[in-house]
Amino acid sequence: MQTSTVILVLFALCCVSFAVGRFRSRAVGQQAGGIHLLHSLPHHYGYLSAMIAALPALLVLLVWMLLEGRFIEGRVIAGLPADVQALSESRLGLYYNQIIAYAAGGIDASTLSEPQLAAAEQYNALKSESGWLKLALVVVVAVTGSLLVLGRIKPDLRARNHVENIWTWMLFGCSFIAVLTTLGIVLSVLFEAVRFFRLIPATDFLFGLQWSPQIAIRADQVGASGSFGFIPLLVGTLLISFVAMLIAVPVGLMSAIYLSEYASKQFRAITKPILEILAGVPTVVYGFFAALTVAPFIRELGESLGLTVASESALAAGLVMGIMIIPFVMSLSDDIINAVPDSMREASLGLGATMNETIRKVLIPAALPGIVGGILLAVSRAIGETMIVVMAAGLSAKLTVNPLEAVTTITVQIVTLLVGDQEFDSPKTLAAFALGLVLFFVTLLLNVVALYVVRRYREQYE
Amino acid sequence: MQGNDDMNQMKTADAAVPEEARGLDIHAHADVSNYETTGDPLLDNPKMSARNVNVYYGEKHAIMDVSLDIGGNEVIAMIGPSGCGKSTFLRCLNRMNDTIPICRVKGDIQLDGEDIYHSRQDTVLLRARVGMVFQKPNPFPKSIYENVAYGPRIHGLAHNKIEMDEIVENSLRRASLWEEVKDVLDKPGTGLSGGQQQRLCIARAIAVSPEVILMDEPCSALDPIATARIEELIDELKERFTIAIVTHSMQQAARVSQRTAYFHLGKLIEVGQTKQIFTNPQHELTENYITGRFG
Ligand SMILES: Nc1ncnc2c1ncn2[C@@H]1O[C@H](COP(=O)(O)OP(=O)(O)OP(=O)(O)O)[C@@H](O)[C@H]1O
Ligand SMILES: [Mg+2]
Repeated sequence: MQTSTVILVLFALCCVSFAVGRFRSRAVGQQAGGIHLLHSLPHHYGYLSAMIAALPALLVLLVWMLLEGRFIEGRVIAGLPADVQALSESRLGLYYNQIIAYAAGGIDASTLSEPQLAAAEQYNALKSESGWLKLALVVVVAVTGSLLVLGRIKPDLRARNHVENIWTWMLFGCSFIAVLTTLGIVLSVLFEAVRFFRLIPATDFLFGLQWSPQIAIRADQVGASGSFGFIPLLVGTLLISFVAMLIAVPVGLMSAIYLSEYASKQFRAITKPILEILAGVPTVVYGFFAALTVAPFIRELGESLGLTVASESALAAGLVMGIMIIPFVMSLSDDIINAVPDSMREASLGLGATMNETIRKVLIPAALPGIVGGILLAVSRAIGETMIVVMAAGLSAKLTVNPLEAVTTITVQIVTLLVGDQEFDSPKTLAAFALGLVLFFVTLLLNVVALYVVRRYREQYE
Repeated sequence: MQGNDDMNQMKTADAAVPEEARGLDIHAHADVSNYETTGDPLLDNPKMSARNVNVYYGEKHAIMDVSLDIGGNEVIAMIGPSGCGKSTFLRCLNRMNDTIPICRVKGDIQLDGEDIYHSRQDTVLLRARVGMVFQKPNPFPKSIYENVAYGPRIHGLAHNKIEMDEIVENSLRRASLWEEVKDVLDKPGTGLSGGQQQRLCIARAIAVSPEVILMDEPCSALDPIATARIEELIDELKERFTIAIVTHSMQQAARVSQRTAYFHLGKLIEVGQTKQIFTNPQHELTENYITGRFG
């Protein structure tokens, strides 16, 4: 019995429950002397019985699905021969995985042993049994819930208020899930990072000026010491982001101002969607544009000026990243400047201010919180951007603030640390989590700073 | 249309429309329309004068051939049913209509004998001379001080902080707001009450020492007490400024203005001394409006 079928059945039950609830409340109302005597409208009673039917049943379904796998695994393993049960935990896991794979039709019977085949049969039987039980349970819970409500429909049942309450709790539940998952991610990164810091001292990581995470794959390898100083990566990240923002913020902001204050309606209606499409171009495309077009161009330009420019440079990456972010900054700022009420523009223009003065002294200050918010999102994107940097700025972790040299960034290093065959508890792999944690704190810090700036300088309009 | 003779005597800077053509226009207009301006819209020595003003919003003809003079140091009230074009006409006088892309203004409007729609006319200077107070109080989301200082600052009226302080204080005093806000000048202007905000907007407008102040229903968002204060204020301000005020309150028009102009469906129906308009209206439409038969 597929879970999707169960959900479909549940949905059908809800619809029935809604219809019956509505119908019954009408009947009850009429009996009492008119529908107007009901506390709530008939459809509120319908929603209430549908909700009470669905929510507990969904909860039961969820719990069942979470526990099902473990329960079946326990039963199947208990049925295996004693010598298999005596295997180590990881071997037993492998053994069991083969059973499941066969049961799902993934592998051939010839690769399995006799007891495994028997176990697979048992597994399938248990699985289908569980499916039917699941359906039965969900139906029973749903019908019980629905009947409970239907039995209580009386003129003074405050269905509307109950529906509102349940609705509020559902919304709360959803936002809670969002917060919870974020917290989960942060915590898991944190735990792995702590494991890393057990191997490499945090001070080495935070203040080290050299990054070359070459760790021996085998213990007897020579030259197998790594250094994990993340400062070069931080500087590289900030350098590239800085170059990107230097391009994106002025150009994006000014084009936003042009679009919202000067451009004609038609021009705006055409340009804005086009630029928004630009914002959706995959970064990998910008990446090879950077590597194949911009980087060589910059190098040639530099050479003609007598400068030495690396073939992969922070400037090229930052430039292209800036171009990528322009539509992003522009679209957000345009929306925000547009949202400043017209009465502000009229007040300023009516005093004899020019459009320019009006924009600088009234519109921008009033739109500041939103603009800073937009720029901050853009910075976060720049810091998190990987593809362009991989292709255009290189992998060498050089500690420099010269944008003409090759640098690397935190995200790029996370990628290079995790691709390839590594043990999952080597410092090299764990370092990726430490970098992730640092990235998280850098963006957090940026947010706090921006929040402070906005609080300090904002001019709130009505 | 009356006052045709006066108009022909006026030596206007408007060379685009020959006198005869204009005269023809008026007659053609009078032919198709039952309404024409009753009373004399023209003055001897006007501060501002509008001649044959037509305003279009795209296809919509919002103001039809309106001629009206506004004298120095007078308060002129503009009344009429909603949508008749009072705001539109008022906004022509300092070219605020320029900010509406679909709006076209035809005709001749002069300030002290200079064509304000002339291509060489600088709207910045014009709006410094013809200030505006809007229907809804719209202080900037800046401090009270900065709200008043905004205009003088962009026009470079003060050379140092002391002069600026003086301008701010004087303007707030003249708007009779000083006593209430002198200790909270650094608080945001948006935090004041509606009536205080409107007086702040008036202070902001007079801080640039305009010659004419246009007020578009300045009291419509205010309670009777705040309204009374603004009316007192208008009475004092007319010593120094020329004021054109749009209002929906007939009592207000009667209380504050010397002359009253009645608009109807884009046309100027009747102009005259306020007392005469309210006691002895000549035109049927005016009479209907002020006696409350419509509008
Ligand atoms: N921005 C605009 N775009 C298009 N039409 C406009 C615009 N502003 C005003 N109009 C039209 O011009 C006519 C006159 O409008 P206006 O605002 O001048 O009237 P009003 O006399 O000030 O009315 P109220 O007393 O309601 O403020 C109306 O018919 C209105 O529909
Ligand atoms: Mg109006």
